Amino acid sequence: MDEKHSCVTLSVQPSRGLVDEKFVILVQNSFPSSLLTIYAHHQCEDGNSWHAFAHYTSDAAGAVNVSEDCSMGGTYSGVEAMGLLWSLKPVPGSKPGLRMRKKNVQAPMVVTISVYSSHLTEGFGDQVPLAGVEVERWYMAPGVRRIPVTEDGLTATLFLPSGPGPFPGLLDLWGGGGQLVEYRAALLASHGIASMALDYLTCKYTMETGKIVEQDYFEMAYKFLQKHPKVLGSRIAMLGLSLGTSVILKMAVHSQIMKLRCAVCVSGSHVQPMDGFLKEMLDYFSKNCGNTRFTKDNEVVWRDLLLPIPIDLSLKVDVGKLQCPLMLIVGEDDQNWCAYESAMDMKGMMERAGNSHLLTLLSYPNAGHLMEPPYMPHARVSLFRDMQSRQKMMVLWGGQTLEHSRAQEDAWRKLLVFLRKNLYSGVKSGSSSLSNL
Amino acid sequence: MLQGLIKISHMHMTEGFFIKNDQTKARRCSDSPPPILSVRPSRALVDEAFEVLVENLAPVSPFTLRSLHHSEDGDDWEAYGHYFSDHSGRVSVSEDLSFGGTYSGMEPMGLIWSMRPVPGSRTGLRLRKKDVTTPMLITVSLYNGHEDFRGNSPLVSMVTERWYMGPGIQRIEISDEELRGGLFVPPGPGPFPGILDLWGGGGGLLEYRSALLASRGYVCLALEYFKTGQMKSTDMSFEYFEVCGLIHQKTKKPLIFLFISKEPDYENIQPAACVCVQKAYRVLKDHPQVIPDRFNKIRVDENNHQIWRDVGLALLKEPSMKVDVAKINCPLMLVNGCDDQNWCSVETADDISKTMDAAGKGHLLTRLDYPDTGHLIEPPFSPHCVAGNFMVYSSNEKVIQRYGGKTKPHSDAQDDSWRKILSFLRRHLYSERAKLST
Repeated sequence: MDEKHSCVTLSVQPSRGLVDEKFVILVQNSFPSSLLTIYAHHQCEDGNSWHAFAHYTSDAAGAVNVSEDCSMGGTYSGVEAMGLLWSLKPVPGSKPGLRMRKKNVQAPMVVTISVYSSHLTEGFGDQVPLAGVEVERWYMAPGVRRIPVTEDGLTATLFLPSGPGPFPGLLDLWGGGGQLVEYRAALLASHGIASMALDYLTCKYTMETGKIVEQDYFEMAYKFLQKHPKVLGSRIAMLGLSLGTSVILKMAVHSQIMKLRCAVCVSGSHVQPMDGFLKEMLDYFSKNCGNTRFTKDNEVVWRDLLLPIPIDLSLKVDVGKLQCPLMLIVGEDDQNWCAYESAMDMKGMMERAGNSHLLTLLSYPNAGHLMEPPYMPHARVSLFRDMQSRQKMMVLWGGQTLEHSRAQEDAWRKLLVFLRKNLYSGVKSGSSSLSNL
Repeated sequence: MLQGLIKISHMHMTEGFFIKNDQTKARRCSDSPPPILSVRPSRALVDEAFEVLVENLAPVSPFTLRSLHHSEDGDDWEAYGHYFSDHSGRVSVSEDLSFGGTYSGMEPMGLIWSMRPVPGSRTGLRLRKKDVTTPMLITVSLYNGHEDFRGNSPLVSMVTERWYMGPGIQRIEISDEELRGGLFVPPGPGPFPGILDLWGGGGGLLEYRSALLASRGYVCLALEYFKTGQMKSTDMSFEYFEVCGLIHQKTKKPLIFLFISKEPDYENIQPAACVCVQKAYRVLKDHPQVIPDRFNKIRVDENNHQIWRDVGLALLKEPSMKVDVAKINCPLMLVNGCDDQNWCSVETADDISKTMDAAGKGHLLTRLDYPDTGHLIEPPFSPHCVAGNFMVYSSNEKVIQRYGGKTKPHSDAQDDSWRKILSFLRRHLYSERAKLST
């Protein structure tokens, strides 16, 4: 029995945390100044394995504290408390184009964290670690209730926070990939907001009739929330990413039914034909598909589809008419949508119209399109099934992992503050000093 | 299992809801901001502290924070503290003072350790988790007002989970003819130090402390050495040897055998360390026989609860009834409550100390005597039980035993002793290993 193996302890606090909570990884009792590799492994629901690792040297007491010490290499370097999560990559030999997204939000993501002797870069499966622990990362806080919604023709899932309520509400929209994506709504419910994830591209109505939904589908979702006994009807927000942004901006300005308390638009644009709605939007994108570019690795770049930003007001939402606070989150390396250019244009429109006090603009250099809740691995490229053509292709989203991960963490924190301020305050508030532009 | 977990959360939430109430919804729709309650961490081990924070309240107003737990036995336990929000409409249990309730003063964990059965409950209850694979669910709620808070519906509430088992801990059931227990193994390659966890005369199998110790890095076996209400002659020496072999078989991981020797004769057992809470280590072959003979020493208090401490005092006077602690060769830690009404722990510890000093082994002994602390020194934040139901094995009689202790000092003792026990174990089972193996 190797004595070295017996001593080392590894702890992760908290061992069960929410996905957006930080943890502290501590190694103790190793030999002083020894070379160690801390290794994280996760097998996701679809069976793919992901891993991350970092090289440390223990201090004179034989300890390593990942929140305070410097990684000298691995899948991340420097002082990165959460690096073992956001730098997770598919293990060598995996299929290309993978993206980590939780489907079953009622079970936690389980990550095994181990510490190995010396600085390893491969062969983790062949060596016995010095110590190992399991960590659970949850999208749902205890007491949060998951309620599938099929009434009123909707395809949605409502997440209610713990407690008697009623709570402020939120409609959560994802982008052109369709499906019913629940994890962000589950996480927001864990922060006290009754959130409903809405499928609007592959919903029951569209799958059965072949038709794209109209404005009234979203208004039905809004009304569902508004009349729900656990939701405060006057405190409803909308959050959207990518195509979801297009929907939100149109509804926020033009819907007679929706009276949003605030809106958060991530990685999207206001450019769309004002005549019509979702179907016309999708047709407009198709019409411009000649602007599609390809990288040398044949990855699809769609950011030019809506460029240049039109001057014609019939082709973009007049955000100068917006009456509720708006937060825009964009990555300056977004290769999928021209989110940065659109944000700049929107800012100009609002300044000219005199309602820019409503705008909070967060723009992140070297961040890409997929701005998700923090600490999840960054996907610069992934396999994407286009809803219209039904084809699978490798799409370039953009972003450099380190800056993108930092941006996700910062944006999420500011998004929560923005939502709390607007949904939980006593008076209607405008933008705060959260803007960085 | 996890689906079931969410369902349980569902059921427990009903006591926190008000039924769909149009008047309340109308009131709320008048744009008043709802309060925000957070409990962090929302999922924790039972020996970890949490922070309870409420925001968005009316400033400088009276509120009551209440915890509620529905136990496996079907009883409801609660604790509550009366607070005043500050000028920003905030109440922080970690920073603010409780002005009454089941606890007072600045008590970050008062909502757990001061829990007691709700008014109208059965008597003699003790809160002990049997199924350690699921968490304890505690609902923390906020109410308007102080004395009159029960008349109101909660303004906001949150469920928090308290776990005995950390993620990745493996529970292995041991049920042979001779040996019954629960073995808890931490995740990771091992090897781990092992702990044999023995409870007291109440019998039965209680795993929660073992689960918690496993979560702190030890292979721990909770051993049922006699069943509740049943007398069984236990050959302790035989069992120790069995335990040693069994652990190796079940876990397939190398174990540190410093803990148990190969000799079945228990006088030669060489544990690396020994922690005794409450009772001095005096297991005898015919122990179950001894106590009933001394029943004439049992006193009864004003509530008709039995006080057994004099039984022990009588036994202390008889050398043939005591283990010869002079022969102990490992570090020994004794944890005692000075108000122990069930066993004369302090007097026993004095006796042990004297014997060990005389044999030149005094340096092995560590003692913690806590004032105003009773018999049942449990993991931290467990509710204090001053008197509880007990089944007397020899007569099958159900009595209420008095355990002693005053809630606040007792709870402090639980918190402090646990940390000291863990550091004692760490020191002797983890750090010393490098020394011992050279």
